Amino acid sequence: MNLLITGARVIDPSRELDATMDILIEDGAIARVDKKIKATDVETIDATGLIATPGFIDLHTHLREPGQEHKETIATGTRAAVAGGYTAVCAMANTVPPNDERAVTEMVLAEAARNGWCRVYPVGAVSKGLLGEELAELAELRAAGCVAVSDDGKPVWNAQLMRRALEYCSMLGMPVVAHEEDANLNEGGVMHEGFYSTLLGMRGIPAASEETLVARDVILAKLTNAHVHIAHLSTAGAIDAVRRARLDGVKVTCEVAPHHIALGDDAVQSFSTNLKMNPPLRSEAHRQALLAGIADGTVDAIATDHAPHHFDEKNVEFDLAPFGVIGLETAFAVCYDRLVRAKIIELPRLIELFSSGPARVFNLPGGTLHAGALGDVTLIDLEARHEVKRETFVSKAANSPFVGETLQGRVVMTIVGGAVKHDIRVADAKKRKRK
Amino acid sequence: MRASSTSLRSKDLLGIETLIPEEIALILDTAEGFKEVSERHVKKVPALRGQLVINLFMEASTRTRVSFEIAEKRLSADTLNFSSSGSSVEKGETLIDTADNLVAMQPNMIVMRHKHPGSARMLAERYPNISIINGGDGSHEHPTQALLDAFTMRERLGRLNGVNVTIVGDIKYSRVVRSNIHLLTKMNANVTLAAPPTLMPVEIDKLGVRVVHSLDEAIEGADVVMMLRIQLERQGKLSFPSLREYYNTFGLTRERLRRAKKGVLVMHPGPMNRGVEIASDVADDPNYSVILEQVTNGVAVRMAVLYLLGGAHSTES
Repeated sequence: MNLLITGARVIDPSRELDATMDILIEDGAIARVDKKIKATDVETIDATGLIATPGFIDLHTHLREPGQEHKETIATGTRAAVAGGYTAVCAMANTVPPNDERAVTEMVLAEAARNGWCRVYPVGAVSKGLLGEELAELAELRAAGCVAVSDDGKPVWNAQLMRRALEYCSMLGMPVVAHEEDANLNEGGVMHEGFYSTLLGMRGIPAASEETLVARDVILAKLTNAHVHIAHLSTAGAIDAVRRARLDGVKVTCEVAPHHIALGDDAVQSFSTNLKMNPPLRSEAHRQALLAGIADGTVDAIATDHAPHHFDEKNVEFDLAPFGVIGLETAFAVCYDRLVRAKIIELPRLIELFSSGPARVFNLPGGTLHAGALGDVTLIDLEARHEVKRETFVSKAANSPFVGETLQGRVVMTIVGGAVKHDIRVADAKKRKRK
Repeated sequence: MRASSTSLRSKDLLGIETLIPEEIALILDTAEGFKEVSERHVKKVPALRGQLVINLFMEASTRTRVSFEIAEKRLSADTLNFSSSGSSVEKGETLIDTADNLVAMQPNMIVMRHKHPGSARMLAERYPNISIINGGDGSHEHPTQALLDAFTMRERLGRLNGVNVTIVGDIKYSRVVRSNIHLLTKMNANVTLAAPPTLMPVEIDKLGVRVVHSLDEAIEGADVVMMLRIQLERQGKLSFPSLREYYNTFGLTRERLRRAKKGVLVMHPGPMNRGVEIASDVADDPNYSVILEQVTNGVAVRMAVLYLLGGAHSTES
């Protein structure tokens, strides 16, 4: 069935389009975006009053399968993705076993094809077993379908291994995604090192822990003329390093997570384990630097670092809880509130950070509504408000720092390859039935 | 300051940070009354008769655990001491499951010592009808220690307002220092901290204290010098090179104490490392040292806290 979306305000940052238009999707691909399209034999979706954008792409998702299906599965994680407006997610390699060989990549893709709700692009490991000792078979991983490599969850501590990974991946045309953290400087830290860690008596993770490695990797990217992508960048020094390196012609890109945009380390005073993630919530000065980087174009993408954990795992003392929070289902509304409603950026720039920005970073299809592009579209109601509740997450997990917040700006429909994968009217009706 | 309020606002005592000066004064005034109970031949009042207090100690403790138990007994409460060693905590039972089971036996109050910050608050939020007293949560707070320190200072010096208190040692990992800073600054005392930068947490000056790295400078003009225990296991692990060097730069000796005001009080929350942070001839000199008075006063202060929380709680229900 072909789809005709009518009357939406279409925002397509890939070609600076922002106008009321219709979108015709034929055979799973964008056929036309134009004023008043006439078409026969189509299902029509009246999107008057809604925003239509290229489907969102998340560069940083932990789907937990294989191995940790009690936290999330490919099925539930991608279901959460479409509920958040994402039509594609990049699945991180730190599963059990890790995605450090072709067989795991193929398993992830096969399961995504069987039970997934959106596109899944696997991210392979940099090193075998994520141990930081030997390179994984990077060309094999690329051939199997990996779009990038990362030992995310840990840094690539050995500078020589990082150099070789960058060089090798430049041949394969994929970036190395860097989780930047100096374990020695962290010294068992559980939150940002600053006034609040001092106040609360908690071990701190200094900003320098991230910044020293970002500085190193920017230098290595220059040395190798390869593309390094900084994952979940969280500090002022790191954003400065990326900004300066770009001016210097270094191929460096970066992503920022919604929780780092929205929250500061003062929130940890509640001791809620849903405020524990790595990198940690930083101080207000760092948060402001991220906002500046988003506004001036230094930041390429907003990525969720969706990190589901089971209730039991988080229902412990702050020190003992695992790092990570979920983000797929709240990312857009949180960022719309903190960035657009707060007048840091305009709406088209926000859409860019969710679609064409991430597509460019990993060289992915999608992120655009050009004729011939993937038929991936997200529809948003900017006026709709909803309260974030534990029980309304479709993710298996509910470890969100935004539970209890009322957010404005809601994804109402997600279309993947011309098929409606999420429709809030259907979802709400189901919820009413359950009651 | 003298107490103008007659009850505490919270059902729990989780820290000093959230107390107002009137509440601190109330606890200290109440403790004065209870100090006399311990000096009698029959050391018991019926204030908490029929109430069950569980002392949940998930980390080693001598003074705090014994002091709470004595305070509870002198108030006629039923007490139960639980320590993690020998319990199912060793089989991996979580804090919440452990506490849920103890709570199922319907205590009125729980005193908890635990190595993780925020753990007392976790229980306080989980059990709306039980008073939780923080007996030390990691490096976060140890409110009854700060209260007994303040009680001792006030008793000896007649006031807290304007008193110069110097605290020396492992500031970074000390819960005692955090509670003391909150209490002393709320009561308008002047706090100076001294430690090598490696043991000084970042941005602590924002709490309204003076930070110095010279012991002599810190002691100059002090009314009170409070020494903190150095955790011996930190030696050589990047906090300081050796115990010998630590003693030479930050150890309290009779010689160094001369820079303080006449009549200076030397305090220590215990346990002491003699010859590391403090010389024995200082620790044992009754002209300076009030270290054992602190312990005596601890019982009275804990009686006051138990009484104020237990009494408020029983009238509620």
